[in-house]
This record gives sequence, C-alpha cells and structure tokens, in this order.
Amino acid sequence: MLHLVRRRYLYFALTALIILPGLVAMVISTVRYGSPVRLSIDFTSGSFLEVEFERPVGAEEVRAVFEGQGLEVAAVQLTAGDRIAVVRTQFIDAPSKEAALAALRARFGNVTERRFDSVGPSISATVTRNAILAVAAAALVILGFITFAFRKVPHPFRYGLCAIAAMVHDILVTVGLFSLAGLLFGWEADTLFLSALLTVIGFSVQDTIVVYDRIRENTPRMRGLPFEDIVDHSLTQTLHRSLATHLNAMFVMVALLLFGGATIKQFILVMFVGLASGTYSSIFNAVPLLVVWENGEVPRFLRRVFLRA
Amino acid sequence: MHLRDWFLLALIVVLVAFALWVDLASPAIAFWRAVPPLPENPSTEDLARHEELAHAIRSTTLHLGLDLQGGMQVILEAQLAAAGSGHLAPVPGPLTMPHLAEIALRSLAHGAQAMLTAVEAPVDLETARDIINDRVNALGVAEAVVQVQGDRRLVVELPGVEDPRQALAAMQNTGLLEFVDTRGDFPPAGTLISTTAGLTAEQIRAITWTRVYSTVLTGADLVRSEIHVIADKFTGQPEVTLGFNAAGAARFAEWTSRHVGDPLAIVLDKKVVDVPTIREPITSGRASISGGGIDLAEARRIALLLAYGALPTSFSVVENRTVGPTLGQDSINKSVVAGVIGIATVLIFMTLYYRLPGVLASTALCIYAVLIFAIYKLIPVTVTLPGIAGLLLSIGMAVDANILIFERMKEELRAGKALRPAIEAGFDRAWTSIIDSNLSTLLTCVILFVFGNSLGASIVKGFAITLFIGVLVSMFSAITVTRTLLRLAYALLGPWMARHSSLLLGVSLQR
Repeated sequence: MLHLVRRRYLYFALTALIILPGLVAMVISTVRYGSPVRLSIDFTSGSFLEVEFERPVGAEEVRAVFEGQGLEVAAVQLTAGDRIAVVRTQFIDAPSKEAALAALRARFGNVTERRFDSVGPSISATVTRNAILAVAAAALVILGFITFAFRKVPHPFRYGLCAIAAMVHDILVTVGLFSLAGLLFGWEADTLFLSALLTVIGFSVQDTIVVYDRIRENTPRMRGLPFEDIVDHSLTQTLHRSLATHLNAMFVMVALLLFGGATIKQFILVMFVGLASGTYSSIFNAVPLLVVWENGEVPRFLRRVFLRA
Repeated sequence: MHLRDWFLLALIVVLVAFALWVDLASPAIAFWRAVPPLPENPSTEDLARHEELAHAIRSTTLHLGLDLQGGMQVILEAQLAAAGSGHLAPVPGPLTMPHLAEIALRSLAHGAQAMLTAVEAPVDLETARDIINDRVNALGVAEAVVQVQGDRRLVVELPGVEDPRQALAAMQNTGLLEFVDTRGDFPPAGTLISTTAGLTAEQIRAITWTRVYSTVLTGADLVRSEIHVIADKFTGQPEVTLGFNAAGAARFAEWTSRHVGDPLAIVLDKKVVDVPTIREPITSGRASISGGGIDLAEARRIALLLAYGALPTSFSVVENRTVGPTLGQDSINKSVVAGVIGIATVLIFMTLYYRLPGVLASTALCIYAVLIFAIYKLIPVTVTLPGIAGLLLSIGMAVDANILIFERMKEELRAGKALRPAIEAGFDRAWTSIIDSNLSTLLTCVILFVFGNSLGASIVKGFAITLFIGVLVSMFSAITVTRTLLRLAYALLGPWMARHSSLLLGVSLQR
C-alpha cells in the first residue's frame, strides 16, 4: 500500500504552484483586456471575417481597406503565408460585409470568403449570462448528486464539497492555461471552449467518484483503521485504473491533436489539460482535503495557533 | 453459460448485424450539394422532386452540422413597434379555411367604421417561423431549420447554402405579394402557382410544364397605412380593408371593371392565400375583403399578410455565421484519420495490458463503434466537429468501464478466487462505480444540452448529444457485451485460460 495521503500538504503546495501562473495570467488579462480570458465575439459581440487572397498581402493594407469603409478594426491576423487574413471588427451586417469584400477585391484582386461570423450585442449578452449559469448549474447538480449517491457514508456533504474543490482546481487550471495562451498566442474563448470546460468538469467528477466509491466500500470493511489508512488503501487500489483510463483518453486526444483538423486543436488541447488536471485533482486534491476535514486538522491547527498566542 | 447468456449473445449478434446494415447501406456522408439547385422559378413538380431527393438523402446519411458541410446560421430578432404594447401574443388559431367562392372584394364604402384591431399589436413568432421556413425551402435549401428561441428570436440554419446573400434577402425582405388573375379558377389556399411577376415575355413562354398566371398588381402597389381590420357596419362581420397607390389604383380600376364576378387570387411567395371574387368595379383604389366565413383571426392574418408581406414584424439580423464548405471536408478527413489512429492505439494498449480480456474488450469497442454509427444515422444526430471529438473521447472513456471491471477481476484473482467467480465478482463490484461515475458525465451533458439549446448553438448541442449517447452506449457495451463475451470465452476456453493465466490474464493462478 502506498502512503500517499501522508504528504498531503506537499500536494497542496504543488497545487498552489500549478495554479499560480494561471492566476497571474488571469490578473494580467483582466487588466489588459477587461476579462480573465480573451473573449471571442460569442461573448463580446463583433464580426469575424476570414478571407483568402490570391497572393500574400500586408496586414496594414487590409486594415486600411476596412477603415476606408468606415469600419473599426479590432485585429487583423495573417496565416498561411500571408494569404489568409482573419479580420475582427465591430458588429457589421451582411451588406457592410459585402461592401468590404468588394473593396478588398478592388484592391487585391480575387478574394474568397471562407468564413464569416457576426454576433450582435444582444446575443453575446445572452451567451455570457448562460455561460455563467451553466457552470453554476453544473456545480450545484454535481454537489447534489454526490451527496445523494454517498448518503450512506458518514458526512456525505463533505465528499461533495471536496469534489467541488477539486472541480474548482480544474476550472482554475483550465482557464489559467487558456488565459496564458490568450496572452501569448491570442487564443480567444468561445462557446466551444465553454463546452470543453463543462466536459472537463464532468470527467473530473467522474474520476473523483471512482475513488470515493472505493472509500465507501472499504469503510465498513476496515472499520478499525484510521481514516487515513482507509483512504490510502482505496487510492492504491484505484491508482491502476485511473492511470489506465487516463492513458487511453490521452491516446485518442494526442492522435486528434497531431492529426486532427486545425479548427478543433484548441478544443482538444483544453480537454487534454483539463482531463490531466482532473485525474490529478481527484487523487491529490479531493481526497487529501477529505482527510484533512475528517481529521479535523484545521480546527486543531487554529486552536494551536491561537492558544499559543 | 446460462440460457440467458446465450440469449444475450444472440441479441448482440442481431443488433450488430442490423447496425452494420444501417452503416453500410448508404454513403455515410453526402453533402446537400448532391441535390441539384432549383431553377429560377420553381414549379410545383420541381419543388416536389427536390423535396423527394433531399428526403432520400436526409434519411440515409449522417446528418452533418453546419461546421462540417458549410452553410450559414442566422439569428433574427423581432423589432417590436416602439409604441406598441410589446407583448408577443400568438394569433388565436387554428385558422379556419374560408369558403373561397364566397369571399368578396368590394369597393370600400366610406363612412364611420369601427376599428376592430390594430394590425401591428401582436407579433406571432410561430407564424414568422413558418413563413421564413417556407421561404428558405423555396430557395431550395433542403434541410433548413427555423426555430423560435425565447420570446423574440428566430434561429435559422441553412446548410449547404451557396449564396448567403440570396438567403438573407429572402428571409428579411417582405415576401412577394401578388394579386393574380386566375382566369376563373379557385386554387385552394396553399397551392403553389407560377406567376408572371418579374419575368420577361420570353421567360414566360419558356415555361411549358405548368400554367403561368398573370400578375395584376403586387404588394409594392399597396399603401400600408390603408390596411385595417374593421367591422362591417351592418353585419358586424370582420373585414379587411386595403388601399393602392395612384398607379396601382388605376390598374386595379381597369382590371376590376373588366372582371366583375371573376376571382382574383392573393398570392404570397407563389403560394395562394385567398381567392376573393370581384363583386364590383373598384375605382377608388380602396377595397375591402369580406365574407366566406372569415372570422377575426383570419381577418387579422390576411391584414398582416397584406401589410407586411406576411412577416408580422421586421427582423434584424443579430447573429450571422457562414462557413465555407472547404473547411468542413478537410476537417472531416483529418478527424477521421486521427480517430482511427487514436482508437487503434487504445486497442493495442488494451490487448497488451489486459491480455485476453483486453482482446475481448477491444472487440466490444469495435461493436460499440458500429452501434454508435448506426444510432447517429437512425435518430438522426447532427454531427458537428466537436461532436466527432466527443465521440472519439467517449470511445477512449468507454474503455474506462472495461478497465474498472478488469482491475476488479485481477484483484479477485489475486485474492485467491477461482476464475469463474472472479469474473462475476469483477462485474458485480465494478457496477456501482461505473453507474455513479458515468452518471455525473451524463448530468453534465444534460446541462450542456440545455445551455446549447437556449442560445441556438447547434455546435454545443451536437457535442452534448454525441457525448451523452456515447456514454450510454459505452455503459451498455461494457456491461452487457464484454460480460457476455467473457462468459462465452470462459465457457469455451475456461480450463485453457486457467492453465495459462499469467499469459492470458496477467495474473498467476497457480497455487
């Protein structure tokens, strides 16, 4: 049996270390862009036009054409050897887009429109609100579910809360990563990112439940042992399974990352990191936290500090 | 193997055979471009033929989301009249079929009339939805989806649209309202007819497969402020009043003088709405439509039709997404390749790590893939790119249930149980773990679905659905298929398995 839970404060420190860069990135992002992650037009409203030119163009020239139409340009990105331009502007309607395309054609010759997304402010407000609601709803539902599923165990509510704590960890890691990527590579969070986030939450809890289930099973069988030992037994027993499952999911995701289409690369990467974080948080966050709580270590610690003083 | 297990095995074989048939019976992916576009002025036969072809494709192939087959998604928001009450009340229905032959078109008698209802007040999103649905279908968009969202939005998805401009124009503009000379016919409401509006004489002559009716006046000739619903001062019956502009009035006067007693069809977007009969020459340019059992609801509907070319209010585009098809095809190809590689790796790993049970789990996984594919075709499920990712992920997670079972089995074997009881114990003990853990994923899928639904993001919905189905079927495949296969293996190869247990199971059974 591995004595994993013994080093729990080390794990907490490690967790803090992992979350820290993400947190810093989120603070910087909020200062610079007004939100912890860079938001796509799904949340901020605006338009997003992807066009393909016949020959390489310059970003400034493209911007100039749009501004000549009286359109405010937020960003112009060039890819594929400067032949594909991604232009992000304020919210424009289809006729304005057509006018802009015509102006581009006049300037650069043949232009093909590959993609055009345009989200008005009323929609983006709805999306933002729903996004927050979805995450909150997921947290509540999971808390309720765990409390119900483990009702026969002493203090089932603690199990639920520790699982939520692990979930929060996963959210912070995922959002932190995305925030970092936003600062460095210009990644933007859209509804797809939100789907990935919610999936990560779901799977993280799935992992946690498997360990909890084992603890629940071992508790009546190992009645004499201290809680720490029961937990260690449970963790050791489920370790194989956690790693094997995780490995298999990784196989699929790595394949998708390496060989899959470009449009979902961000999505897969978020899932990849999120799933890894999920497995980590189940073993090294949720369960140690549970032990801390069951042992009453926090009140003991506070008592020591204040009594000594 | 009990009788029950043989029965399960037979069931699985039948299920897989059926699924394979569904999977292979028709091409997996067919883009709407396979359906030839409609001609400029589609006749009834054209539309019927188009619908038939589209339906055939629709029912046998995988439904692809917008991001895969290209197309556009538009969200329209109703612009409520500033002064109006702003509440959106549905027009009371069902609308009665007026008795066509009895509807009269008469000159508007002057004098005080009681205004029964303002034409602008209620906005019926359902009606707007139906109208826009008709219009985009008339464009030849075979799988258009128009949905009401919330209390003032419509979400329109148009896969495979070649010309987004045309589609947008068709949706937003007022429909083509025409007054058509039917030469004595009374086509039933809803009939599609060919008219001369907008066509040159040569084009009219070129249409030989159906009758072309001549358009007398169009909606452009109507004066909107003259359209009301009133009560006849003698009978109290609802009537619809309308008025034409100067040019229209002159033309109307000339035509009605020559055709007293003849029907004049009101046609919207080539569909017959009503066919009132001219009772008298209308020279004032103002007329009323009445009779034929038209009740208040029907009168309001006609008035709306005339006033707004059918859309009960104007809509503005609040969201517009178009995806070119090239992105989609490319992504599909790449993702399929990636998926195959990923799954192959999983199969290899399972076989190496869990030996014989691993081989069985791999078989179960292949069965799982076949079943899933068939389900997608049958329901049908709209497959988007994240949906494909969700599917592949669920395959990776499908092994999780198997892994739980096998780990449990190994534990039981190490604890000294014999092979058969170890197999059974493995399944029984792992059952609660599997259920509880997968349930949480299912719950998250439900939340994702609700979230996706409330903003018309079919991408999020597609992902939620594919993951949900994936998890469900994976639970079935692990618990039923793997268990049956294991029991079968034990029944056929039990002693051999026990003798070579360290090779075949990874655990030594020798004492």
